[in-house]
Amino acid sequence: MLTNRFLSMLDARGRIFLGVIAAAIVLVPILNLVVPAGSALHVPTWLVSLLGKYLCYAILALALDLVWGYAGILSLGHGAFFALGGYAMGMYLMRQIGARGVYANPILPDFMVFLNWKELPWFWYGFDMFPFALLMVLLAPGLLAFVFGWFAFRSRVTGVYLSIITQALTYALLLAFFRNDMGFGGNNGLTDFKDILGFPVQSDMTRLVLFLLTLLALALCYILARAIVTSKAGKVLVAVRDAESRTRFLGFGVERYKLFVFTLSAMMAGLAGALYVPQVGIINPSEFQPGNSIEVVIWVAVGGRGTLIGAAIGAILVNFAKTTFTTGALAPYWLFALGALFVLTTLYMPKGVIGTYAEWRERRREKAALTANTASTPAE
Amino acid sequence: MPAFRFPSGQGLLAVVARLVLVLSLLVPFGLAAKAGPLDDAAALFAADSFSDTAKAIDLVAGSDAAHADAILEALADRRLFVSADKKLVYKDKAGAAVDALTGKKLEAEPAGLASVRINNRLRSAISNAVGQMTLQSPDPAKRRAAALAVYKSRDAASEDGLRKASRAEKDAGIKSVQQLALAAIMATAPGKPDIDRLTAIEVLKDQGDREALTPLSLVPADAGQGVKDAARAAVAEINNRLALWSGAQNAWYGVSLGSVLLLAAIGLAITFGVMGIINMAHGEMVMIGAYVTFVIQEVIRQHVPGLFDYSLAIAIPASFIVAGVIGIAIERLVIRHLYGRPLETLLATWGISLILQQAVRTIFGPTNREVGAPSFMSGSFRLGLLDITYGRVWIVVFALLVFLAVLALLRFTPMGLQMRAVTQNRRMAASMGIRTARIDALTFGLGSGIAGLAGVALSQIDNVSPNLGQSYIIDSFMVVVFGGVGNLWGTLVAALSLGIANKFLEPFAGAVLGKIALLVFIILFIQKRPRGLFALKGRAIEQ
Repeated sequence: MLTNRFLSMLDARGRIFLGVIAAAIVLVPILNLVVPAGSALHVPTWLVSLLGKYLCYAILALALDLVWGYAGILSLGHGAFFALGGYAMGMYLMRQIGARGVYANPILPDFMVFLNWKELPWFWYGFDMFPFALLMVLLAPGLLAFVFGWFAFRSRVTGVYLSIITQALTYALLLAFFRNDMGFGGNNGLTDFKDILGFPVQSDMTRLVLFLLTLLALALCYILARAIVTSKAGKVLVAVRDAESRTRFLGFGVERYKLFVFTLSAMMAGLAGALYVPQVGIINPSEFQPGNSIEVVIWVAVGGRGTLIGAAIGAILVNFAKTTFTTGALAPYWLFALGALFVLTTLYMPKGVIGTYAEWRERRREKAALTANTASTPAE
Repeated sequence: MPAFRFPSGQGLLAVVARLVLVLSLLVPFGLAAKAGPLDDAAALFAADSFSDTAKAIDLVAGSDAAHADAILEALADRRLFVSADKKLVYKDKAGAAVDALTGKKLEAEPAGLASVRINNRLRSAISNAVGQMTLQSPDPAKRRAAALAVYKSRDAASEDGLRKASRAEKDAGIKSVQQLALAAIMATAPGKPDIDRLTAIEVLKDQGDREALTPLSLVPADAGQGVKDAARAAVAEINNRLALWSGAQNAWYGVSLGSVLLLAAIGLAITFGVMGIINMAHGEMVMIGAYVTFVIQEVIRQHVPGLFDYSLAIAIPASFIVAGVIGIAIERLVIRHLYGRPLETLLATWGISLILQQAVRTIFGPTNREVGAPSFMSGSFRLGLLDITYGRVWIVVFALLVFLAVLALLRFTPMGLQMRAVTQNRRMAASMGIRTARIDALTFGLGSGIAGLAGVALSQIDNVSPNLGQSYIIDSFMVVVFGGVGNLWGTLVAALSLGIANKFLEPFAGAVLGKIALLVFIILFIQKRPRGLFALKGRAIEQ
């Protein structure tokens, strides 16, 4: 019964996507650990970390696609939710450093000692416990999204206005987290992590495990998102996206649907951030830059809005391009390329890679069908 | 041998007055012609007793010789000597011997130099004497500084010197500072008659600045109740006045910030407010305007430096045209394909902004470029307790002029009429023969051109760097959204009120927290009034 529901929920594309993830879960550890370092097939640990980073972005893009692709909410604040989740994880990692910091204070993180703080601020309590930190990873962005969405959707702030105020929200958080008084490390953010759950963050094994966890998280998020968009509520969301007033007049509590999906999406973004921080080793306020949030939108747009898989693929593609560009001689031209990507995607590929491909296949099939029974079926 | 030397260039009257004054005060008139106070001092120094040295110090201090301070300084450093033939000699810092009577360098060091001994009591006498001397220094700037120093230190020992200096003072400005310093001493020194204290309090109260508060709060315990009450009342009054001025200062800073916001936002009010285009590249238009100013200034500097003061006058039309043309190009190439899809426009224009930023970075480099201010924009003037720079005044004026020009253009010109017609009902406008596509391009060009104008103004107060536009884009959107889309007056009110609110929040919340508070306020405000302060009414908003 449950399996049935699960299978019906996934289309062919989804099955391929999950298949690829499953293959990666099996293959990457083998290529990393078993295949010798000299071999062409060997996946070095830095690559594992890099891929892990892309996968975190993929989860973030997936989260954004859920609200933008299916509910029409163009959030320019998902970078903030991502960063909040990252900070929650970063706080846990900071507390794990303990007395191994430069100032060897068993309780206070280095930057607090440096600022002459005498005791831990109240909002740092509990972050020495992993389950609590994990809860906060979901709760902090979720709560912010809930409160923000509750206000915004009730007063029917939509479209462009919503985008602009989500951007203002990110910007306000950026300014706030830059302040030393906030107690989040100010400018430098949180870094110098030592270990996570007792395993050293720098070690190859930990990195591999984190990568596998990120893959797993991506798969779970995809399944969850897919479950939502194929459910009845998902249909309502699409209705809201296409004709919000009409849906409201039909008697649906539009706000409640939007609020639900927005909060859930923020929590996903927070989870992505939490997986990102231990793999990258630092979280600082620049993650709140409004530009970052807009970049997430372009990942989704490139991959294909409203396809979920497209978002993940777009995130990986764009970031792969970014890494290739910015590490080579082409570095100064990366922003030209990114800018052109924004413009060309919106102009010529509004449905993204996946959407364009699907369209092309659809057309080919239609053509094939047309040639098969030439005159008998009239065009609709 | 002249006993007195006056710096040249002083008025004859002042010279005579000082001469008369010094002579009548300090030395018997008959002696003056033959032997000056320095001669007497020399004799006293030679006596080699501490009490005679003390008298000699007073004489030197009163002599008003140009090198009197050098003598006292030498004495304090034990570089003052009496030679075997009882001549007074000091060595300057380089070690050369100088005749203390004339202040002229001696060719050879006299024989048998014995330094004049001093003790701690004499040291303080010396420093007092130096202080008094600077109170009467021939250099007005020194006199003013000395009087100000007494005003701050309220050193009762300087009272007599101040009185003397004040009586001799011809400069009304310096005299008032001296009176103020005297008042500060009278108000705080114990044992003064109450009537003098009351006058002093009056003087301090009229001064009314922050420094006047300290002496007023230090009225000694032996003062009468009336004096104490008067001092308390004066403190209260000064505090009120200070609060008023700081309010005025915040308001001015706020207006100044508001006018900058207004400049940055007017263009956006047209592209976003009138056309409904989310132009994320708006900030880059501002940046381009600033770089046009930079280029024009560079060209002028290298070829016609005489025209530098007109550089901004040339930059204003130039930046308008450059930014406007780029704007029209963007509209024709990209935006016109995206009408009716505002969110996609947002993405495309963000991409354009990245390209423009990188282009400018490639051409001009990533560092800040310096744009100079023409002479009429530098300097400042004082209004009450406020320092107002001319540059800021011009920016406020410029912002208002641009605002009025745009308002007039939209209201009174055929082009403005067509723009409004297209905004309100595109199909009807097209039916009336208006070429809507052309109007779209022109409107977008106008908005971009105005952003370019903002760039000219911002180049005067901000760093001209490729990131210039980024720092204004969010603020500009906030202004337009807060003011109400499609309403220029709303933009004006929003820009000024946000600017002023920002500056009034800053003193007690800090710059960053104040800004955060405003952002949060706007976020909440939009919940309450999703269409801004001045919402357009009618069907147009339904789109």
